[in-house]
Amino acid sequence: MTLAPETTDLKVQLQLADTWFTVCDLSLLTPGRGVAALLPDGRQVAVFRDRTDRLYAIDNRDPFGGAAVLSRGLTGTHQGRPFVASPLLKQRFDLATGECLDDETVRVTAYGVRTAV
Amino acid sequence: MTTTPGATPTIVLVGHGMVGQRFLEALAGRGLTATHRVVVLCEEPRPAYDRVALTSYFSGTSPDELSLTDMRFVEDHGIELYVGDPAVAVDREARTVTAGSGAVFAYDTLVLATGSFPFVPPVPHKEAAGCFVYRTIEDLLAIEEYAKNASTGAVVGGGLLGLEAAGALKGLGLTSHIVEFAPRLMPVQVDEGGGAALLRTIEEMGLTVHTGVGTQEIVVDDAGAVTGMKLSDGSELATDLVVFSAGVRPRDQLARDCGLSVGERGGITVDEQCRTVSDPHVFAIGECALAADGRVYGLVAPGYEQAETAAATIASDEAAFTGADLSTKLKLLGVDVASFGDAHGTSDDCLDVVYSDARSGLYKKLVVGRDGTLLGGILVGDAEAYGTLKAFTGSVPPVAPESLVLPAGAGEAVQLGPAALPDEAIICSCNNVRKGTIREAVTEHRCTTVPEVKKCTKAGTTCGSCVKVLGQLVTAELEASGVEVDKGLCGCFAQTREELYEIVLALRVNTYQELLDRYGREGARGGDGCEVCKPAVGSIIASLAPTIGASGYVLDGEQAALQDSNDHFLANLQKNGSYSVVPRIPGGEITPEGLITIGEIARDFGLYTKITGGQRIDMFGARVEQLPLIWMRLVDAGFESGHAYGKALRTVKSCVGSTWCRYGVQDSVRMAIDLELRYRGLRSPHKLKSAVSGCARECAEAQSKDFGVIATAGGWNLYVGGNGGATPRHADLLAQDLSDAELVRLIDRFLMFYIRTADRLERTSTWLERIPGGLDHVRDVVVEDSLGICEELESLMAAHVANYADEWASTIDNPEKLARFVSFVNAPDTPDPVVGFVPERDQMKPDLPLLSIGMRPATDVLEGSAQR
Ligand code: SRM
Ligand SMILES: Cc1cc2nc3c(=O)[nH]c(=O)nc-3n(C[C@H](O)[C@H](O)[C@H](O)COP(=O)(O)OP(=O)(O)OC[C@H]3O[C@@H](n4cnc5c(N)ncnc54)[C@H](O)[C@@H]3O)c2cc1C
Ligand code: SF4
Ligand code: FES
Repeated sequence: MTLAPETTDLKVQLQLADTWFTVCDLSLLTPGRGVAALLPDGRQVAVFRDRTDRLYAIDNRDPFGGAAVLSRGLTGTHQGRPFVASPLLKQRFDLATGECLDDETVRVTAYGVRTAV
Repeated sequence: MTTTPGATPTIVLVGHGMVGQRFLEALAGRGLTATHRVVVLCEEPRPAYDRVALTSYFSGTSPDELSLTDMRFVEDHGIELYVGDPAVAVDREARTVTAGSGAVFAYDTLVLATGSFPFVPPVPHKEAAGCFVYRTIEDLLAIEEYAKNASTGAVVGGGLLGLEAAGALKGLGLTSHIVEFAPRLMPVQVDEGGGAALLRTIEEMGLTVHTGVGTQEIVVDDAGAVTGMKLSDGSELATDLVVFSAGVRPRDQLARDCGLSVGERGGITVDEQCRTVSDPHVFAIGECALAADGRVYGLVAPGYEQAETAAATIASDEAAFTGADLSTKLKLLGVDVASFGDAHGTSDDCLDVVYSDARSGLYKKLVVGRDGTLLGGILVGDAEAYGTLKAFTGSVPPVAPESLVLPAGAGEAVQLGPAALPDEAIICSCNNVRKGTIREAVTEHRCTTVPEVKKCTKAGTTCGSCVKVLGQLVTAELEASGVEVDKGLCGCFAQTREELYEIVLALRVNTYQELLDRYGREGARGGDGCEVCKPAVGSIIASLAPTIGASGYVLDGEQAALQDSNDHFLANLQKNGSYSVVPRIPGGEITPEGLITIGEIARDFGLYTKITGGQRIDMFGARVEQLPLIWMRLVDAGFESGHAYGKALRTVKSCVGSTWCRYGVQDSVRMAIDLELRYRGLRSPHKLKSAVSGCARECAEAQSKDFGVIATAGGWNLYVGGNGGATPRHADLLAQDLSDAELVRLIDRFLMFYIRTADRLERTSTWLERIPGGLDHVRDVVVEDSLGICEELESLMAAHVANYADEWASTIDNPEKLARFVSFVNAPDTPDPVVGFVPERDQMKPDLPLLSIGMRPATDVLEGSAQR
């Protein structure tokens, strides 16, 4: 069965090894904020949507404090790079690459992410 | 117990004082803590603290604040720290150290950092009750206790420490004497002329100085307590308390006992690498060491250098300690005294330049070489130029030396800024930081503030005497690199918070996107903003919501994306990702049923409970998906959000007031409740706190609040701009004897004026200090209506009050909003596996080890994400 895209809920999918893992309906993401998703192997991913509906996904664990909270940070753009600021001690992470903008020796995993019907 | 050396070599450090701690930091900095087992034996009942700042205990610095030891540092580096356990013996043959507890530690390298002990002259009854020394926190606690029953105190010794101790005794309310054997005060640092200027100033402060006399005997009463002392000139001085401050001696007994060589006058003999000359496995650093240049250094800066040298040597790097400079600056009893370089002019062929004004207690001497090189100097009464002069020592200053010591206004006076210093000049001698390093911190490491530079370079983190010069350098460097200090809120907006507020209010801009796209900086328009401006603008929109036609509910539409993480979840995030919950308890008044409800909820959800400093109850450890369930029960029982998470009104504390208290003159509880209910939910640049006291005894501490109210027989006094926290400030009286209605009206205006004009994260205290005209201007505006805006301010507040709705009640009624309170978007009922708890004192606390393990499979780590 095919449905017109606008009447279907688009799904958010994460790239894992060689499969795409469906996380949730796109409508559950608020532009400018993130959500946490649980992967089958126990890892946690923070998934974000920006104001132009681009999607990003990085590891949810704050490597500085250890808690799994990056999905709850504030997002923004710094010199053209989309980032999330950890709600714990405010270090910023590039949403596209996982690199920490405040400490170049630290990075978190970044995941491929797409929408699919 | 005997510990044998295994595969990892062991470093044992004896003595955890200032130098010992610096040594540990140097070890960690060189990665040696990772390759070595590090054992520390600390004799004192507390880990290393700032002995240099010891006296600040008497001006309110707590022992905890004096601490130099960050327990996380100790844990992170796997350092075994045995507090309260001294080393009692060293067996150099077997290479073991025995501790007082009986434990035996094998070492590959032993580092002695045992410091000094105060020298007590061998006078009769020197150990009587009432005799003290001045070295440790415990000494100070004992002096403080004894002084409660004393009225006079005498200090034996008029050196640097003796003056500090005398100042402290005076501060404790004692009539204070200083007895100095030498003919002048601070004989080591200052010369005769300086001593005279110092003497005059100190006597003017009400201290009695006896120079040129020695202490012969301590006089005691039948119970053996001090009543006075006999002096060498035959006179007797009545005193209840004696502090010996007659110099220090190296603590080298442990070293002597194990056969290490010590100097004739004490001190463990070491070479330029700080290795003992007797044993290559043993080092000595700090005040217990007799350095290669034949001196024992009684200052912290040389000790730090020795610590770095020893650590470098252990790491097989090249380093040497060949001697250090003895510059000191002291500010006590309000007198500045400083000496630097060759203060006494002992170099060949040197000349003195002296300015002296005994009338005003000023004495300044510079020692200059034939070629004009500045060699050293002494400053008494005004040490303003110390930082600059010390840094110029060893070079030819760009202006004539005399112009550097003349007081301002005496014609030639020259203000030589630190900008003129060469890059090699040492700015911070405690930490040996050069001017060049500070400049690099600004130019290369992008530090833009003094705290950042301190963190980056360590300059200014010990005695603090260089901080002023540091500030001047940072500003000069920023200006030089053409940084026009940009007042804009952040990278997205060139306007200040105040300007954005005016735009939002005047143009009725009610979304962040519109504001960014129309008024943001060129490159930021159309973007996603940043973590600085989003919450700031979110707060402006929230505080003006009814007036500009925005929703007053902070989770509505776009506003949800602007809120700081805590506001977004209407709760406070804790270190392990769980949340705390704080219901509002207006004025701190709560019914037994209310208490029971909170207790039941906390029990049912397994939360940790604590009474807060704000007269209410905090429940910790809620998982994000539990928040709505907890709040459904709280709202049912009539509780509301306490906004503990918001830059908003927190609490209005109250004392019990006239209803119960025999002193109360007004009903402070009722007023506190009224005020808390009026201003609840008001978003502001920073949090707002208030309190109402029922009389001038001030049990509610209203003068430490953003707005505080104290009852008077005729009504209420309103105080504004108070602050607790890191930089406490007493509130200023804004208006007196107000009626209820006048009080509320004035607070309305005050708060709205603050919200309108303050910077982001600027509390009322700093705002009041910053705005031009200060308190007088604010009084003109809010009391006299000098700007004609009071009507507007009042109507803005009236709109806020009329539109207030409890955020949590609105949220639990809104299924769409509730959807965000889940652990995982794809597994809403699975709790976050790293949020765990372990028991503590009959309740629970976060399971921190769980955080460091994380739930991360090894492959993830291998991909390069950092592990911490
Ligand atoms: C819970 C509490 C400590 C306690 O167990 O007693 C507390 C806890 C926190 N305080 Fe506080 N403060 C608490 C009373 C105080 C007080 C005492 C008072 O209010 O009378 C002060 C000093 C008074 C003052 O603010 O002037 C205080 C001065 C601070 C400061 C320093 C503010 C300043 O202007 O210097 C901060 C940091 C900040 O806000 O930037 C802070 C920040 C915090 C934060 C928000 C830090 C954070 O971001 O995690 C803590 C959040 C706790 C939480 O998760 O619930 N807390 N804090 C108290 C809550 C009171 C309440 O019922 O709302
Ligand atoms: C009131 C006061 C003000 C001062 N002001 C200044 C100043 O303005 N500028 C300045 O440069 N210096 C100042 N000093 C001096 C400065 O504090 C010292 O130079 C510095 O503390 C020396 O460090 P250290 O580690 O060598 O010795 P300490 O800090 O004394 O540490 C030695 C530690 O070793 C412990 N210890 C001794 N024997 C053993 C053992 N067998 N086993 C285990 N532990 C042991 C001691 O208990 C002590 O805790 C001041 C000192 C005092 C008391
Ligand atoms: S401030 Fe005054 S009225 Fe209030 S409790 Fe204290 S003494 Fe009583
Ligand atoms: S000179 Fe002491 S901290 Fe800089």
